[in-house]
Amino acid sequence: MFKKEFTAGQKSKVKSSAQRAVRAKVIETYPGLEPYIDDVLPKKEQLDLVKVPDRVSLYCNGSTPLFWQHMDDAIIPHLTVVHKYPWAFKRIRIDRGAIRFVMSGATLMVPGLTSPGGRLPGDEDAGVYDNGGQDIDAGEVVVVEAEGKEHACLIGVLKMGTKEMKEKKKGVGIENGHYVGDGLWKLDLS
Amino acid sequence: MADTATASDARPPKSVVYCGVCSLPPEYCEFGGTTKKCAEWLEKAHPALYTALYSSEALSQNLSSLSVDAQKRAEKDAQKKAAKAEAAEARESEKRATSKVIIKRVERNKRKHITEISGLEHFNVDLKKAAKEFGKKFATGSSVTKTASGGEEITVQGDVSDEVLDWVVEKYNVPEDNVEQIEDKKKEKKAAPPMVAPQPT
Ligand SMILES: [Zn+2]
Repeated sequence: MFKKEFTAGQKSKVKSSAQRAVRAKVIETYPGLEPYIDDVLPKKEQLDLVKVPDRVSLYCNGSTPLFWQHMDDAIIPHLTVVHKYPWAFKRIRIDRGAIRFVMSGATLMVPGLTSPGGRLPGDEDAGVYDNGGQDIDAGEVVVVEAEGKEHACLIGVLKMGTKEMKEKKKGVGIENGHYVGDGLWKLDLS
Repeated sequence: MADTATASDARPPKSVVYCGVCSLPPEYCEFGGTTKKCAEWLEKAHPALYTALYSSEALSQNLSSLSVDAQKRAEKDAQKKAAKAEAAEARESEKRATSKVIIKRVERNKRKHITEISGLEHFNVDLKKAAKEFGKKFATGSSVTKTASGGEEITVQGDVSDEVLDWVVEKYNVPEDNVEQIEDKKKEKKAAPPMVAPQPT
């Protein structure tokens, strides 16, 4: 989504009614974030909306980016939010070899997730990626961590459900996500 | 009991260190082009994290999970990126050394001046932001304007050229030798070249 670097467009204040709607949407999409919602989206603080290219709305608090949304698609946290509360999201893991592709803005392919270094819910050694043994459906937002790394490198919408991934072992996993070092990551809001 | 559980059970947020050079979590610095600088920064700023990431055991462990082929590719990638970053840096410092910021005092009419600043873009300054800062700093009007040659410069209302000079050197680290102050006195009317209307054929 943010392969190219860009500069922030117009910034506007989000009305308190709309602010409440954003909050509700975030809790609905990420129930795991609910205990932290007052820290992530403080009720009393002004939420700003910044327009960025390709019809993406970016919600931020001062110069801190918080969530972004492409048109009416899912609202997705900035990776700095994910890094603080990684356990609040559905997570999967790619093998080490896939990291450099992700970080150059390439589409995440399924083999990076089904190889020995990858982790999907239901895998024998899934660990924190087990999601209670529940597969994750296409269209859901997932955080992507990486083999040998502590922090997530990508967040995006699954193109293919994890059950299908395990069966097919090929195809597109996630495209147009937000990854560490991309244009959104480097965006200067100050 | 149950109703009080959620808030106190919440795990505290993770505090994350981000690289002072490339802005990524340091464990991902190896995928940027500035790995060497990143490592130097980390060693100073967070020695423990540095040891964890860059000790020879950590490095070999990281690589062992890659196939030999992938290792070679990763190495080549890293070299390419480093070379690119180095070239970019060289270009950048070359540009800094040879570029000039020009601060021009322009007389609008008797006792009214504006100050035009051009060339800041060569020093990685965001003109729009700088214009805003000038306006705030000198409590005056300030904007980015197009120049006749198609470039952009900053126009500040009032004669603030000395103050701008100090600010540019201090805030944007432009070497003083690369800043030139010039004056543009209003020309006498007669000096203007005569305008000749195109003749109908
Ligand atoms: Zn770095």
